[in-house]
Amino acid sequence: MLRNTRMRQLPLHLMLLPALVILVIYSYYPMAGAVIAFQNFTPAKGIFRSEWIGFDNFNYVANLPDTLRVVWNTVFIALMKIIANLVLPIIMALLLNEVINNRFKRIVQTMIYLPHFLSWVILSGVLIDILSPSTGIVNHFLSLLGIEPIYFLGNNDWFPFVLVASDVWKEFGFNTIIYLAALTSINPSLYEAAVVDGASRWKQTLHVTLSGMLPIVILLMTLSLGNVLNAGFDQIFNLYNPQVYESGDIIDTLVYRLGFVSAQFGVATAVGLFKSVVSLILISASYFLAYRLANYRIF
Amino acid sequence: MYRLSPSRRLFLICNYIVLSGLSVICLLPLINILAISFSSSGPAIANLVKFWPVEFTFSSYKFIMHKQEFLTAMVVTLKRFSLGTIISMVLTLLAAYALSKEESAFKGRTLYAWIFMLTILFNGGLIPWYIAINQTGMLDTIWALVIPNAVQVFNVILLLNFFRGLPKELEEAAFIDGASHLTTLIRVFIPVSAPALATITLFTIVYHWNSWFDGLLLMNSPAHYPLQSYLQTVTTVRDLTLVSSQSLNDLKDVSDRTSKSAQLFLGALPILFAYPFLQRYFIKGIVLGSVKE
Repeated sequence: MLRNTRMRQLPLHLMLLPALVILVIYSYYPMAGAVIAFQNFTPAKGIFRSEWIGFDNFNYVANLPDTLRVVWNTVFIALMKIIANLVLPIIMALLLNEVINNRFKRIVQTMIYLPHFLSWVILSGVLIDILSPSTGIVNHFLSLLGIEPIYFLGNNDWFPFVLVASDVWKEFGFNTIIYLAALTSINPSLYEAAVVDGASRWKQTLHVTLSGMLPIVILLMTLSLGNVLNAGFDQIFNLYNPQVYESGDIIDTLVYRLGFVSAQFGVATAVGLFKSVVSLILISASYFLAYRLANYRIF
Repeated sequence: MYRLSPSRRLFLICNYIVLSGLSVICLLPLINILAISFSSSGPAIANLVKFWPVEFTFSSYKFIMHKQEFLTAMVVTLKRFSLGTIISMVLTLLAAYALSKEESAFKGRTLYAWIFMLTILFNGGLIPWYIAINQTGMLDTIWALVIPNAVQVFNVILLLNFFRGLPKELEEAAFIDGASHLTTLIRVFIPVSAPALATITLFTIVYHWNSWFDGLLLMNSPAHYPLQSYLQTVTTVRDLTLVSSQSLNDLKDVSDRTSKSAQLFLGALPILFAYPFLQRYFIKGIVLGSVKE
């Protein structure tokens, strides 16, 4: 019998094997390879023969004049996005929830959800065109209002705002739909009970609708904690230029430029490793909180 | 039916206006680009195009259809997403099936699950990842775009949660009939998992269609770029003097701006076609992802 069950388990191990091999080579081997953060790595010498230099790469980065600003930009942009993508979809879902006409509701959802599926390459191409100071349609409309052309993608005051706004454009439809899904599970008798108690429309929204949404809001809030260092590489890489490094350069773009533009592999890996370690702490904390607060389990 | 109070009616009217306005604003940038792509170069450069083409023409699209780089990139993309989707789906199905067993039926399952889970929590970073791909000899080949990313752990989790929700009797009946694990997966699990599989397949297809950074980083020659990587190099170049010096003289109706717009639109077109399915199944995916025991 024991032999029999073991025989039945062998195919299961084999089924996992291909996926495991890929994870080992392309996830675990790079984790081990992150030791080049402590080396003066050169591709010619490889991981095994490059010189070990302790924390020199980290010290080097810490003393770069731009490092603090890059970390600040990362956290600032990421937090602004997290807040905007939490609050605006809640408002949107509440407004949509008041709509009685189901067809209208569906059309609105369809329209606001679309940008979510387009890549940042496409959306950035669109943004670069419409935000152009000379030919863009946005500045054309601003000029009709008597406003001077604004170089949105080249101005450090505007750039972070553009990042957050365009991220909302791409993602708020998606989050709205998550909230709407949560709203459909609210028991209608709660509204009836509120009406019987003489609650106004606004009070119903506050005490029934919003409190019905609260669990999913808390869940998304805690899970987004893991994204505090993810300011959106795909978006920023396609929209930024040296003029806006001051306000738009983030850890991920810095890693890319250190590694693939200036070929400082050890330094780039050190910055990446710093980010990975902090993210590990943040993501673990967010899963732990999500488990405690919302009873959320991945599997 | 009860009568609406005046304030309620006012709110509803405002609500409809605000919602319509917001939805339209979401689409206007895309409509603007679409209008430019169908306009002649004169009006496009003179900035006369708003939300409807001026001097309607297909010439930008004709121009692109003869542009070798665009067509090459399209072929690379078709290759990567057909190869990538097949490889990824096979690996995901096998892994999710094995991981959906209880520890009692599959000793080591919990350890395996943690091995998968850990890759979400921690990663070695861009440079070591690049080195791994280089050392496995995949740089500048199509395999670099389909093998390293073949196991998407979130998809595995989504599918394994779905498998766990299936009635145990299905599996037991198959085993009593003498079916092996592989037969059970193919004959019993896959046929009843259509919604979950459709969702994951769509996730994977969209992922492959939209990926651009891996192509840019891992392909040495632009001739091996998939479409989105190629578009990245074309449409996010800011210096117009560099681009417009290309051989555009022979096509006076095509400006850099109209051709860029047309390429952006073509890059988005398959997504637009697939959108009705995407919308339906992605919402299902969200629901599936949240159903847990």
